[in-house]
Amino acid sequence: MSVTRIQPRRRFSFFEWKEIVEYRDLLYFLSLRDIQVRYKQTSLGVVWVILQPLVPAIIFAVLFGNFARLPSNGQPYLLMVFTGLIPWSLFSNTIGRAGGSLVGNSNLLSKIYFPRLIIPLAAMGSVVVDGLVGLMVLVVLLALFGVGLGWHMLAAPFFLLAAFLMGLGLTLVVASLNVYHRDFGYAVPFALQAWNYLTPIVYSSSLIPERWLFLYSLNPTVGLIEGFRWSILGGVPITTTMFLSMLTGLVGSLLIGMAVFQRIERGFADIV
Amino acid sequence: MSESSDIAITVRSLGKSYKIGHLETVAADDTSAGGAPQRGIWPWRRTGGRQRLSSETFWALRDVDFDVPRGKVFGVIGRNGAGKSTLLKILSRITEPSTGMAEIRGRVGSLLEVGTGFHPEFSGRENIYLNGTLLGMRRRQIDRVFDAIVDFAEVHRFIDTPVKRYSSGMYVRLAFAVAAHLEPDILIIDEVLAVGDLQFQKKCLGKMKDVTGQGRTVLFVSHSLTTVNSLCDTCMLLENGRVTQIGPTESVTASYFASSEETSGSSLDLRSDPPGDRFCRMVGARMVDRSGESLSYAHIDREFGLEMTYELLEPSTGQVIPNFHFFTAGQCAFITSPRQESPVTLGRHRATVWLPARFLNEGTYSVNFAATTPMPQCCHFHVQDQFCFQVIEDLHDEARHGAVHKVPGAVRPQLNWSLH
Repeated sequence: MSVTRIQPRRRFSFFEWKEIVEYRDLLYFLSLRDIQVRYKQTSLGVVWVILQPLVPAIIFAVLFGNFARLPSNGQPYLLMVFTGLIPWSLFSNTIGRAGGSLVGNSNLLSKIYFPRLIIPLAAMGSVVVDGLVGLMVLVVLLALFGVGLGWHMLAAPFFLLAAFLMGLGLTLVVASLNVYHRDFGYAVPFALQAWNYLTPIVYSSSLIPERWLFLYSLNPTVGLIEGFRWSILGGVPITTTMFLSMLTGLVGSLLIGMAVFQRIERGFADIV
Repeated sequence: MSESSDIAITVRSLGKSYKIGHLETVAADDTSAGGAPQRGIWPWRRTGGRQRLSSETFWALRDVDFDVPRGKVFGVIGRNGAGKSTLLKILSRITEPSTGMAEIRGRVGSLLEVGTGFHPEFSGRENIYLNGTLLGMRRRQIDRVFDAIVDFAEVHRFIDTPVKRYSSGMYVRLAFAVAAHLEPDILIIDEVLAVGDLQFQKKCLGKMKDVTGQGRTVLFVSHSLTTVNSLCDTCMLLENGRVTQIGPTESVTASYFASSEETSGSSLDLRSDPPGDRFCRMVGARMVDRSGESLSYAHIDREFGLEMTYELLEPSTGQVIPNFHFFTAGQCAFITSPRQESPVTLGRHRATVWLPARFLNEGTYSVNFAATTPMPQCCHFHVQDQFCFQVIEDLHDEARHGAVHKVPGAVRPQLNWSLH
């Protein structure tokens, strides 16, 4: 017979992963709910998921590649933009959609106990599905442009996972702070927009002048995007600075996210 | 520790405090106001200077100790704000306690509000799975009890219809059905029986009895003393966040009535400032039985009296006639006054009206007391909203025909019937 002890918690404790595993069916149904709600009342359904990254990618490719003739390291500009958009949407859509998830589900959180982490995780489910559809589109594009396979492609899952985890860490911060200050709901899209410009998504980092490159590479998402791009298209691997700042950003955001989330989690039902 | 296996829930000096913060602007030299500066979630934003956060600690629950034996139905009663919901929220782990501890042996299913987590766009089937997993069930477990849930909720034909098209009755039935088939060792329930029609209430009650029959433990919070009385073996009374009594349900509910007397209650003492004019003043009122003993509540099966004490100070031009106005649910139920001549001698008098058994319905009544003289028309006093009393009834009473909730109506007289 299981014994549950209820006591005030004091110190930082790690998530009870065991419990999350126990509730994995809930995670499944909640994600399913989010995914279905997203597409249930649309008649085009999955077409939107394909169009969302593809249309902007084509526009940027024409504008920057054909008209402005920005460098693309010898790759088709469309492919360069598209390989940037996949990890970036994974990262930014996670924050965008799951960031408000705690506030959005406050009716559940204040009435039923379950591992709180399930809520942001479930909200990320639809982002992952979108990402998978994006990957399939990428495969089609790669075939159309005749890009060959290479060993570097084995690194792609690693960069996608990094994008997911970095997004998770920041999501936890944003979702938690949203509970206290709804200002974050407004600040986050704005911040993501700015971050977007500082990340080589629609352009290549080879555009950055040499003396600014180090500073530029400190942005953790630079390594994320250029890393994924390299793993798909090959070419020059990312610099050590880019890689290290990506790893630092990844671990840092996860740790901060967990700490903030736990702190908020305790008092959550008393606030909302 | 051998006996601890017979205890399902142990609670020791459990407390929950809330900080009620007031952000107040104080003069720069005024250091006396407010407590120590509080840190919010911004560690770097300390409050200082002109604004400071003074906080006051409010204990929603304090030093609560009790044990719930396995297989028993344990009731928790208390007025609004007594800490009942806080206790349930702690035990179902929605919120954390500030002090003390609780130990729960077995799987807990909590039913704080039925239908939480239902999504209107989804079909009944989808919602059963979503809601079931939300309450801690595994998918396979739900597969097993799926048919039983649908049977219980009586929604066979609509199981693939979005629940937004359900009637509110169907919605509630489905929600309760999911929760009732959780198969937890310990069930925490807050007022669920207040839903659905009469027949469904009976079914829920039956299900709850099944649950305890199988050795499960139920923690039950309710405002309906009638339901508590019939369902719970043991009962706990919470007042202002503290446990004031634990014991057999009947004696605890009785003293709950007695305690509610202080504030709103069924005796009224106006001696310090008696209302009235120069002819007549009201001194007090109470509820009595035939032997003249004070009652704290009335039982539907027993006759009781309402006694008003008043003083005649000066000879009046006419008779001083006491009259009592009975209100329930905001409506005047009836007004009554004596037919015989009222006493005219100066000094104290008592006027008592006798309410027969099986006349008033169960529930709360408030009484306004007045004394009037008809010729010339004159009202000596009219004491409003200061006296109320409760009529209770045993839930097992035959006359209820199994109704779990309050039978509607201001009165419930036992009338004569002819049946052919």
